Amino acid sequence: MIPTPQVDWLALAPTLALLGASGGALLGSVLVPAPARRGFGACIAFAGFVTAGVLAGVVFAETGSPRELLAESMTRDRLGALAAIILAGVGALSVLVSWGERRRDHAGEYYALLAAAGAGMLFFVTASNLMTLFLGLEWFSIALYILCALDTHRDTSLESGLKYLIVGSFGSAILLFGSALVYGATGELGFSEIAAAGVDDELLLAGLALIVAGLGFKASAAPFHMWTPDVYQGAPTSVTAFMSAATKVAALVLTLRILTVAFPAQEDLWTVAVAVIAVVSLAVGNLAALVQRDLKRLLAYSSVSHAGFMLIAIAANNALGGRALLYYLIPYGAMSIGAFAVVAARERELGVPATLDNLGGFGWERPFLGVAMWVFMLGFMGLPLTGGFVGKLYVLSSAYERGWTWLVIVGVVATAISLYYYLNVVRAMYMRSDTALRPVVAGGSPPRDPLLVGAVALSLAVTVGSFVLVQPLIDLARDAAESLPL
Amino acid sequence: MTTALILLPLAGALVVWMLPLPGRVAGGLAFVVALAEVTLWAVALTQFDFGRDLQLVDRQSWFSDLGVSYHVGFFGFSLWLAGLAVVVCAAAIGYAWWADRKRARAYHGLLLFLTGAIVGVFTAQDLLLFYVFFEAMLIPIYVLIGVWGGPRRVATTAKFVIYTMAGSLLMLASIIAFGLSQGTFDLVDSGRSDSTWVFLGFLAAFAVKAPLFPFHGWLVDAYRESPPELSAILSGVVSKAAVFGMLRIGIEKFPGPVDDLQEAILTLAAIGLVYGSLLAFRARDLRSVTAYSSMSQMSLIVLGLFSLNELGVNGAVLHSVAHGLVSATLFLLAGMIESRTGGTSDFGVLGGMAKGRPMLATILMTTGIIALAVPGSVAFAGEFLILAGIYDEGWWWAAIGAGAIVLAAMYMLRLISAVLHRARGFDVPGDRLDLRGPELAVLAPLVGLLLVLSAWPASVAERSLPAAEAGAGATQLGAAQPKAAP
Repeated sequence: MIPTPQVDWLALAPTLALLGASGGALLGSVLVPAPARRGFGACIAFAGFVTAGVLAGVVFAETGSPRELLAESMTRDRLGALAAIILAGVGALSVLVSWGERRRDHAGEYYALLAAAGAGMLFFVTASNLMTLFLGLEWFSIALYILCALDTHRDTSLESGLKYLIVGSFGSAILLFGSALVYGATGELGFSEIAAAGVDDELLLAGLALIVAGLGFKASAAPFHMWTPDVYQGAPTSVTAFMSAATKVAALVLTLRILTVAFPAQEDLWTVAVAVIAVVSLAVGNLAALVQRDLKRLLAYSSVSHAGFMLIAIAANNALGGRALLYYLIPYGAMSIGAFAVVAARERELGVPATLDNLGGFGWERPFLGVAMWVFMLGFMGLPLTGGFVGKLYVLSSAYERGWTWLVIVGVVATAISLYYYLNVVRAMYMRSDTALRPVVAGGSPPRDPLLVGAVALSLAVTVGSFVLVQPLIDLARDAAESLPL
Repeated sequence: MTTALILLPLAGALVVWMLPLPGRVAGGLAFVVALAEVTLWAVALTQFDFGRDLQLVDRQSWFSDLGVSYHVGFFGFSLWLAGLAVVVCAAAIGYAWWADRKRARAYHGLLLFLTGAIVGVFTAQDLLLFYVFFEAMLIPIYVLIGVWGGPRRVATTAKFVIYTMAGSLLMLASIIAFGLSQGTFDLVDSGRSDSTWVFLGFLAAFAVKAPLFPFHGWLVDAYRESPPELSAILSGVVSKAAVFGMLRIGIEKFPGPVDDLQEAILTLAAIGLVYGSLLAFRARDLRSVTAYSSMSQMSLIVLGLFSLNELGVNGAVLHSVAHGLVSATLFLLAGMIESRTGGTSDFGVLGGMAKGRPMLATILMTTGIIALAVPGSVAFAGEFLILAGIYDEGWWWAAIGAGAIVLAAMYMLRLISAVLHRARGFDVPGDRLDLRGPELAVLAPLVGLLLVLSAWPASVAERSLPAAEAGAGATQLGAAQPKAAP
């Protein structure tokens, strides 16, 4: 009789729900007749994300103190559960955004991969040893590589997938190498065991540095961001929407987890390192975004700068920082999905990539999407009336509480620079002179896409709602952050 | 009550945006909301007891871990400033309705939104809430100038945003530093601070908003390129947010730094006073004269505020109200004159407009005479109080202030004669179109209020600060306590 480990099915349920959805969608793309494949895949993926979100909510409510499961390979705690809820929400919105994509083939596979990537991320954020960390990372990364390259009839999609594959594998390799060094130094794989081993030598530090770099690739923090603009630009826009929001959530939550759980003793080193990465991300992201004309590239650099902001919260390494990061991710996820959804709407309307130039008059033609984009830009800027403001406030507060006033100043200056390009988008939508308002329309009236509009409306509701209802969200974030030794 | 005063215009804005009404009807609806707002303010006035300090308070915790709450209420002076705001905004909306702006729903909704934000600024008793409203003012102003402004509007908005946001973001850093070190962002609960840097952060925002020399670079462009009714709101009301901030936050919370920097601030104000007057004297069109005179009058108000005694502060509040009404009237008049001369108010092509236009001449004459502080006018009362207050700090300040009154007389008389007298200007049409009924209906209340205040300046001046003799403990408003006589 082989002893089997005690399996906590509830903790695994969100991941399993998405895996099931993925398998179902995949089967559907073979068994379901061709015309219904897209609808079947979308429905089942949407149901999967919603179920996963609900189950993660149950896990959140049922979990008290953190518990390690399955031979210390994953943790059941509120941090993972909250991250899973955010990821599931982002995934569900992405399905809505994807629906209107005129995909000629691979419709079923598309949704299967989306659900699989979601499942991988849900698994990833609960990882509590280096092995499951790497497994989860590769799991969702591979799904994303394929998703990026899925539009095989578009050169840019293939290019984007290949670039992501090469650079992403490089990042994974670095992470793996770092894990190996840490294992070599401590003889342990589990995060808390690494901390308990009490080793503090060069080998461990080298491993730590490589792990931070590897996760930096996934979070697209500078200087590990080189792939971001190209991949975001080339990938199908709905995939970009999902990637920009979900990958960041997963990578940043795990960065917070591994640094605080596994390396508390090296705190004085990695806080500075992360702060430096944050500053570099803010600088690179904001300065490069200034000159972008392509909307997706612009938003890609904006996402680099937001990675910088959220890394400030991690660098602060205090309870306020944990709360700040988890709160920030909620409006950020919504704004990110929403903004890319609006870009997708414009692209579908024109049949060409959306740039600042062909955005002219968009705000007046499509009032709702225009206003929504306006609000998302306000949120990215961190102006009031959006959750982005509260997020930035918390992030800067956490840096101040750590005593890093200089980091507050850097954040403020970065925000000031970012105004320029975010307002450029607004200007392009609303403030062109009448002669410049000559959009090149692909022909016919714009396709009706109620699902996309619905996704934008939901994102808008979260963006604005998270500004009003700060207290409940912060309570959630605090509960989640309490599972970490902050 | 206070909350209703903030929410009514915001709700009105939403209704105007959402309902698919024709432009004229939307404008009328907005005007009705603005009038209801004025009525509501009058009700608040009747409920207000000028013997006590903070009243009509609404308070609701917003997020407790940082000690932020929705906390609004009125002091005597802020009630007057709010009254100024609702009256000027109602006049502006009325004028916009009559002028029949393009895209009326968006336009009037934004004006109502701006009204709500301004009232919010004057009532905020929490630093973060203050910041929220302060920034919320910027959003509609940006769009209003950018979409409906003059030919150089895009450059103007860029300049305006850069100046304003540079100031506000420094203020945000200061707010974080102040709030976290105090443990609360509440203005009533928090204590005082001795940090000069934090004070300078606040001062930066207010100096830009006022504007104080040398932060006035945005001023003339913004006032010239805006639609006239927006210029009226900008110079008449929005600049008074700086008065509120300096009084409620700067002077009250930072007694030490204020004392240290008093001479420097007074010097800047004195320079602004004289320099603004000289620029106004040299300016070539109606709007520029009003813009620069606005700068010099705001400097005079700052002079009064930073005299740090009751006389000076009372004078500053009275003069804020007076200047708000004067400059709103002048900008609206500028709009009316421009609409008669093909869009220009250049002195070179104006002149002789008094002939056949008795109403226009009367109103411009009356406002101009009040603006140049003829004895017996409300502006004279305000300036007299300010000069009497600043005299305690040194006779030379009072001398400079008195000199500025002479300069004001010079530029106002030049303005009056350039528009009304002399030979008929090149661009003045011969058909002698006087002010129409609706235009008069917009202007008459403003001028009427000026005359009422001229007859009874004590109504504001003696009811702006809680009675100083009520004892130092009764109020936290530091300005109410007169400085020891030298």
